[in-house]
Amino acid sequence: MPVVLENLGKRFGEGAPVLDDVNATIGPGEFVALLGASGCGKSTLLNIMAGLEAPTSGALEVPSDGAAFMFQDAALFPWLTARENIELALRLRGVGKAERRVEADELLELVHLGGAGDKRPHELSGGMRQRVALARSLAQDRQLLLMDEPFAALDAITRDLLHDELERIWKETGRTIVFVTHNVREAVRLGQRVLLLSSRPGRVVREWHVSEEHRTDAGLAGQLTGEITARLREEIRRHAK
Amino acid sequence: MPNRQDSLVESGETRHITAALTRSSAGTEDLRQLEAGLDSLQSDAARKARIDWSRILLPGAAIVVLIIFWQLYVSMGFKRQDLVPGPLDVVAQFGHLWAEGKLQEAVWTSLQRGLVGFLISVAIATPVGLLLAQVAPLRRAFGPLISGLQVLPSVAWVPAAIIWFGLTDATVYFVVFLGAIPSIINGLISGVDQIPPQYRSVGTVLGASRLQMALQIVLPAALPGYLGGLKQGWAFSWRSLMAAEIIAVGGTIGFGLGSLLDQGRVLSDMTVVMAAILLILAVGILIELLVFGPIEKRLLRRRGLLAGSTR
Repeated sequence: MPVVLENLGKRFGEGAPVLDDVNATIGPGEFVALLGASGCGKSTLLNIMAGLEAPTSGALEVPSDGAAFMFQDAALFPWLTARENIELALRLRGVGKAERRVEADELLELVHLGGAGDKRPHELSGGMRQRVALARSLAQDRQLLLMDEPFAALDAITRDLLHDELERIWKETGRTIVFVTHNVREAVRLGQRVLLLSSRPGRVVREWHVSEEHRTDAGLAGQLTGEITARLREEIRRHAK
Repeated sequence: MPNRQDSLVESGETRHITAALTRSSAGTEDLRQLEAGLDSLQSDAARKARIDWSRILLPGAAIVVLIIFWQLYVSMGFKRQDLVPGPLDVVAQFGHLWAEGKLQEAVWTSLQRGLVGFLISVAIATPVGLLLAQVAPLRRAFGPLISGLQVLPSVAWVPAAIIWFGLTDATVYFVVFLGAIPSIINGLISGVDQIPPQYRSVGTVLGASRLQMALQIVLPAALPGYLGGLKQGWAFSWRSLMAAEIIAVGGTIGFGLGSLLDQGRVLSDMTVVMAAILLILAVGILIELLVFGPIEKRLLRRRGLLAGSTR
């Protein structure tokens, strides 16, 4: 199992716990959507899985070589071109100079940006930047890919296309993906499994399986979206005092 | 209270779906085409760079206007001509100094010392600045001292330097270093402070070691601030150099622009004084126009930071 979370907890200083008793298991090659309202600690959970933060209690098991990570904003380095951004990830992984160029071009081709390698981040649109960031995280060549609301800042047309794109790349590369979002539709569109996180403290309260039929049958997908939304709102209503 | 989403569950209807819940493209080729179309819609067409003549004509016109005012003031004759020489007198003095070879010697001596002193300062200040910016305890310990050194006019070191090193080049360089190094260090530190924290997170996630983080992420990210520090460092080394040359004359110290200025004072020749001042100014402007200006512009353009600026 690439990821096992056991009774994971996190609190900052003396405050109330952000995460409490989180349990989840994520299998190899699985695409899991981590859904929750704002402030439920989804990003914290992702940061813990990425090793950017340490849990305060419980245990977690992640691949020993770490995880690739994709941020909400592309976080590309503005002093490097699109290709150089990808090459930097390869370089930090220890790939030789000659191979870097070839591999970076392949990755750009994979995200359909073959012609944009020499552009700088500010010359790219938001969607293109996110695709370069995706290529960069794939350049890390880790089995586990963590994504923190990577499409939240994009317009609807671009986001729909990137959903298709991500699904295609996931199938081509066989990565295990944990995708954090607060968008129920996005979770249903992408995840094989949707985990709902409660807020304050964050805890996995419910999970749904999304089948292949949901990918093509809009009625079925809509029904599931409604069901998850209702449960999410119930969770939010609990905090109205 | 049933809302829209709740009723959606009950009736199982899907009429209100606003974003695609299912695959919206038909196959890889279709997706590639859609993306290519969207990419070209969302990218700006490349603009062609032209020579902007106002950049050359406006500063030129400003100088001409100033010289006309200067000449007018002198022509009105409020002061004696030998106290306030006109532009033509100063130009004649330039010709004189050139023919004697003094002008070339002074500019060359000062410029060479200024550049060598500046480059050595950069070589010292860059690793020190990076170290201070990256290691918190060091920064806490030495940060205030370095800021303080930047405020202290480096001319204040001239008497000490003369006592320690005598009238030699070492005195001049010592003063230049104490002027330039603190401001380069400070520029680099403030450049590092302005790096978006996310860049470091990306570096960590990509597996950068401490050294790789410093050299491949922190330093390039801090480049705009660092360049600001370099510019200021150059200005400080040039000023310190002039101050040192004016005060410390003789010994094995060569004949620089500051020495020329001091010679003008000793001889009470205002045209020499004015000529020296204008040369010191001209060297400063030329270095900015020929060295720092182009580098800065290129740096900002590459990062997309030039749009809307008045540069």
